[in-house]
Amino acid sequence: MSIATHDTPGAHSHDDHAHGGHHEIGFVRKYIFSTDHKVIGIQFLITTMLMLMVGGALALGVRWQLAFPWQWMPIAGDLEVFQQQGGIISPEFYTMLFTMHATVMIFLVIIPVLAGAFGNFLIPLQIGADDMAFPTLNMLSYWFMWPAIFCFGISFVIGGVTAGPAAGWTSYPVLSAIISAAPGSGPAQTFWLLAVTFVGVSSMMGSVNYMTTIINMRAPGMTLFRMPMTIWGMFITAILQAFALPVLTAAGFMVLFDRTMGTCFFVPAGLVVNNADPTIGGGQPLLWQHLFWFYSHPAVYIMLLPAMGMVSDILCTFARKPLFGYKPMVYSMSAIAGLGFIVWGHHMFTSGMNPALGMTFMVSTMMIALPSAVKTFNWIGTLWGGHLHFTTPMLNAIAFVSMFIVGGLSGIFMAAVPVDLYIHDTYFIVAHFHYVLFGATLFGVFGAIHFWFPKMFGRMMNDTVGKIHFVLTFIGFNGTFFTMHLLGVAGMPRRLADPYNYPYLEHLLPMNQFMTYSALLMGFAQFLLLGNFFYSMFWGPKCGRNPWHANGLEWDAPSPPPHGNFESIPIVYRGPYEYSSPETDKDYLPQTEYISPRPAPAPSTA
Amino acid sequence: MRKFWCLFFMFWPVLAIWLCWVSPANGWWFPSIAPWELGQQIDDLFYLLLIITTVVFIGTQFALGYVLWKGSDVKPGRAWFSHGSHNLEVIWTILPAIILLFISLYQMDVLARIRVMSKFPEQASRDPIAEVTARQFEWRIRYPAPGKKLLAQPQPDDLYTVNDLHVPVGQPVMIRLRSDDVQHSFGLPHLRLMQDAVPGLVIPVWFRSNAVGKFEIVCKELCGWGHYKMQGELTVELEEDYEAYLKALQEKMNDDGYPADAENAVAQSDEE
Ligand code: HEM
Ligand SMILES: [Cu+2]
Ligand SMILES: [Cu+2]
Repeated sequence: MSIATHDTPGAHSHDDHAHGGHHEIGFVRKYIFSTDHKVIGIQFLITTMLMLMVGGALALGVRWQLAFPWQWMPIAGDLEVFQQQGGIISPEFYTMLFTMHATVMIFLVIIPVLAGAFGNFLIPLQIGADDMAFPTLNMLSYWFMWPAIFCFGISFVIGGVTAGPAAGWTSYPVLSAIISAAPGSGPAQTFWLLAVTFVGVSSMMGSVNYMTTIINMRAPGMTLFRMPMTIWGMFITAILQAFALPVLTAAGFMVLFDRTMGTCFFVPAGLVVNNADPTIGGGQPLLWQHLFWFYSHPAVYIMLLPAMGMVSDILCTFARKPLFGYKPMVYSMSAIAGLGFIVWGHHMFTSGMNPALGMTFMVSTMMIALPSAVKTFNWIGTLWGGHLHFTTPMLNAIAFVSMFIVGGLSGIFMAAVPVDLYIHDTYFIVAHFHYVLFGATLFGVFGAIHFWFPKMFGRMMNDTVGKIHFVLTFIGFNGTFFTMHLLGVAGMPRRLADPYNYPYLEHLLPMNQFMTYSALLMGFAQFLLLGNFFYSMFWGPKCGRNPWHANGLEWDAPSPPPHGNFESIPIVYRGPYEYSSPETDKDYLPQTEYISPRPAPAPSTA
Repeated sequence: MRKFWCLFFMFWPVLAIWLCWVSPANGWWFPSIAPWELGQQIDDLFYLLLIITTVVFIGTQFALGYVLWKGSDVKPGRAWFSHGSHNLEVIWTILPAIILLFISLYQMDVLARIRVMSKFPEQASRDPIAEVTARQFEWRIRYPAPGKKLLAQPQPDDLYTVNDLHVPVGQPVMIRLRSDDVQHSFGLPHLRLMQDAVPGLVIPVWFRSNAVGKFEIVCKELCGWGHYKMQGELTVELEEDYEAYLKALQEKMNDDGYPADAENAVAQSDEE
């Protein structure tokens, strides 16, 4: 099972690169159209960090409107394009803002930063391979992001900057399928759909590559149950992508056809929409919801599992302890993935689907909270009895656990259908998914950036700046999002350009203003991350191979690793989490270190 | 500094719980008491979940704080070399599983009473009170003429209003929910109820209010740029007020625009 196929001719030619460093490649091949997984990973990382700022700016626009409705926008209000609407956020623009905020964050930040950036960078390094199985495909998977970014960009400007795709990231038809239903967003919505398709192609290329690489290219001795949790997370994510994504791509094309070619997959007959022909139809809008969520529920785990893996690695390293319950962790991750395919209906409890289906989805959704709980307990168990080092990556990883608890618990409220009848489409939902996607995933990513930065660039990031960034982000985050639970309980719906239109919501304005200030704080804190990142890339203190005294194979390679990664093929003797093992005098025991057997029976690694 | 981080991570759950505690007094909580029994049961379920999740929240955050506190001591020797505990895994799998299963089965009954057609109150499902048709960006309401039944096909003597739904107090009522264009959602936050209006489907929705008064109808599904202003009003009134309302509506609809005395004047001048 564990035999690595390192003897393939392809692998050897790469090894030659590693040894004979004088094999010159031009700048373009080396840094731009590179097939080296590390360069591609870093390309993904920098792209997604910039997109994070774009998405964040859009979010601040949304927050501005919620705190100061119909008031002149600072900075952007002066721009020429906003003059027609008096420098304020119009309802069309507001709709576009939250649609594009979610779109950018999901499709251009979270998914590519996990699978694209860290998947690429870490998979070959952590399993001891010299590169991905299909390096060219890998390069293409990065460059297919650009048509997507381009199409999303066009969709911003094509209807004038103030109107764009306006059907939400969920793009429910008929709103998204009939052009006249959302007048301002005609071609913009079409480009949006095209962009989602491109992102899908990019992810699919990555997914095929990751599965092949993990199955075939592990170093000798790297059995499945010696893989770091990061690799498990990436592996399961790749499988989820491969099974779920085609459904979204197909559904996306169906909407495109509805928009451009007059098909009626999602359009029933008899509608009275501005100037549209009421006699055509025969489609079913709920079909889209089923197809969309059949992808998008697994997708929320695509946006989480790799982060869970990376956080497990970070916690063990800085607790100097083995992972608590390695196998339960692997099994619960697999259970999340499996159950993830049969819970999509929990997004449709109020949609009018058969109530018997609703009950089924309620039970399956409750059950998916179980593996999440098991994982949380194991993380706490991992810290239990550890010798903790509160480095920046560690703080972010602890925050991941702490925040994920909230996100998981709020999920239970929404999984309970009767309660969801009240809180569906309110800010409670918004709180829930920000706790899992930002509170968990993004803190995990921040941790991972600080943790693997030395491996990427051979230099350290500044720890003090990292901690300040962490504290400010953490405070800003909770100030912005914890309060959203309360808005949800007060019944404030999401996606309203002016909630205060409703008398029963008027008194929530001061709370919303507080949240906007918190969001601003959080937004500004991200400049610290960017500054620290780019400064340290060139001027950070140099570090050796293994600055954190960690066990994984990646720390066995030089920092930064050359093309081809390892000087010689690493041989793996044990699992990745043998910290504080009695077998050695150090408090860590790298996977590649050979120890001659002692008389005392060594604890099994498994 | 090490202890600072422990306190940092322990501090915020305390703050969070304090915030939830003071929220009802500040209006950051349910808008009002639900005026009917299923709405109250939904609230009860919410509170049950709140208790369960609060216990879990405190438990896990406390455990996290505890292990951080312990682990932050600078002590000689090494971390505990442990790969886990089989017994613990079994316990913390089975226990939550039972709780979660209990929660989901416990909800079924309320859900069925709200959503399953065969469990609707007889009286409500026999005579739907009105048809509510959502369209960008308003609620159109069609009542049958007083004394008649609501038919699927619009009738010439049907009564129409916009954004203004009246129902009698204390009686189960059922509406037929439709959409003319895109998807909307008929939300009654005060009654803890919502149902999407899906183009191409007619969805029955039943509810009752035991209190008279006016409640907002909220569109809760994004339906275009004007989504935020798609606001209606539910008026719950005494049976006789309700009947008077329909009568008045009918008279208004049959009115041809001439005041009655003007009409008499015309008749008189004819006689002359
Ligand atoms: C503990 C397990 C979880 C449960 C029981 C759960 C349950 C739910 C339910 C029932 C909804 C639909 C609510 C509604 O629209 O009324 C929902 C929405 C959502 N969940 Fe979760 N969830 C869980 C974990 C997660 C995780 C781990 C993620 C992501 C990493 C996630 C991301 C989302 C997102 C993005 C939405 C909202 C989508 C939208 O409407 O825009 N959830 N969740
Ligand atoms: Cu979901
Ligand atoms: Cu609406």
